[in-house]
Amino acid sequence: MERIPVLRMGPLLLVTIQVDMHDKLALQLQDDITQRIADFGSTGVLIDISSLEVVDSFIGRMLANIAAMSRVLGAEAVVVGMQPAVAITLVELGMSLPGVRTALSVEAGMELLIGAVSRAAHGSEDERSQT
Amino acid sequence: MNQLAEIISRNEDRIRMQWIDGMAQGVQRPDLMSKAELDEQCRTILAAIIAGVRSGGWIEVAGVGWDAAREIFQSISASRARQGFSPVEVATYVLSLKKPLFSAIRGTLKGNQDEMFDTIWAATELLDRLALVTTEAYMATREELIVRQQQELMELSTPVVKLWDGILALPIIGTLDSARTQMVMENLLQTVVDTNSKFAIIDITGVPTVDTLVAQHLLKTITAARLMGAECIISGVRPQIAQTIVHLGINLEDVVTKAKLSDAFALALDRSGRTVTRTHTAPAKANQLSTLLEKREE
Amino acid sequence: MDQKMNVLKRDEQALRNSNDIVLARHKVRQWATELRFSLVDQTKLVTAASELARNALEHGHGGAMTLESLTNGAKTGLRLVFEDQGPGIANIEQALTDGYTSGSGLGLGLGGSKRLVNDFSIESEVGKGTKVTVVRWR
Repeated sequence: MERIPVLRMGPLLLVTIQVDMHDKLALQLQDDITQRIADFGSTGVLIDISSLEVVDSFIGRMLANIAAMSRVLGAEAVVVGMQPAVAITLVELGMSLPGVRTALSVEAGMELLIGAVSRAAHGSEDERSQT
Repeated sequence: MNQLAEIISRNEDRIRMQWIDGMAQGVQRPDLMSKAELDEQCRTILAAIIAGVRSGGWIEVAGVGWDAAREIFQSISASRARQGFSPVEVATYVLSLKKPLFSAIRGTLKGNQDEMFDTIWAATELLDRLALVTTEAYMATREELIVRQQQELMELSTPVVKLWDGILALPIIGTLDSARTQMVMENLLQTVVDTNSKFAIIDITGVPTVDTLVAQHLLKTITAARLMGAECIISGVRPQIAQTIVHLGINLEDVVTKAKLSDAFALALDRSGRTVTRTHTAPAKANQLSTLLEKREE
Repeated sequence: MDQKMNVLKRDEQALRNSNDIVLARHKVRQWATELRFSLVDQTKLVTAASELARNALEHGHGGAMTLESLTNGAKTGLRLVFEDQGPGIANIEQALTDGYTSGSGLGLGLGGSKRLVNDFSIESEVGKGTKVTVVRWR
């Protein structure tokens, strides 16, 4: 069965969703991410949805689940690149994904995660850098 | 009354030429439509009328047999509306077909007064109805045009401004209704993406009242921006607005609000890791007034 | 709809499995693009279709979606009808309230879909089935 690849980048996991997922594919992705976090001890998960043109309540819940499950496993998840039309529609649908951290781009998302990882490691104030 | 269809079809050329010739310059509008185009259009209309009459008479212009003809009339009317023809010109266009049509009918049914009268009556009823269809379509098109112009006007009145790298400001002036807020929201969010801005300051100094509906719209915009990874700060909250918000029980817990735009800007700068420093002191001024003003600035 | 509407084009999409939901989304996207809806309106239509198609599949045990493009000369619209012969909905009012779940753990998404379209109507009879009709105008 086709799967959405979950790539490892050091302490982070990188997922780029580019296809219109059917339900089984989405559930498979949820499983794969949680499995990888456990396998590698990842501390961050970056989910790039900049190519997703539709996010319905099912996918919305999937994203919320991934964020929650990751947190339980000791990792922080960030969803990046949501398109404006998608955001507007999700809000109209009544979903605000409160437990999900978001960022404008992959770069911004990585900074967020690396900052979080480093803060966790050093336990002190970080140098905040933003272009 | 298929006589009507036959009469038109047999005299098609003559009717069409008389029709066009009979149109006053004011209806032809050679500045808007070439002779060839006009001729082609008249041909199409006459063919549609013939088909319509043959299919189901002339009374029920709303019937299925008239579907094709109605569409042709509507599209011709719509295009004339867009081109700038006046409503009188558009209606007259159809009605001026009466004279050549009646001539043709009289020519054919000369001997039979009763039948001639019936056929002329049928023809006039038909053309009156078609003129109404045409006028309705014209008005619908003009309304569409007006709505579109209103939208463009709205867009102009709500510009999104870049205050700094990654910091946008959206000064809203005037009332926020549903349609406008929709457009403002889309515009802001798109600009957030285009400029990669993490902060958007929505200034509502120019918004006279904030009721539950407006507050809902603002909250939707803020939530959508957050989903995209950007943060909104509301500024320009006047004391009266603050009171209204509390009285209405609107929950702004998760929203950062500031009274002044400058405060919001300072906050955004700070949150994005920037500080503003003075690189050199302003040149000393002997003037007492300016010294006083300098002190006020700090 | 007070004025007479002409149906320009009509098509159907069966909703038998989760893959059909994806197909339904694609069809709606295609039609919405052809009818020149704005990007946001397209997204709203496709998302509403996804919600309602999933409803028909999961709560209605399968059904079909009908697409129709409408016009009256001046206005253009896309009408979608979702029909299933499932258990039906006993309390429609309740189902339209956000957050309502039918016990299977997932919300019915009806209330949300309603906000994504201009016209929304629902007919349902317990034991017979459900029919949801939505329209979005350009």
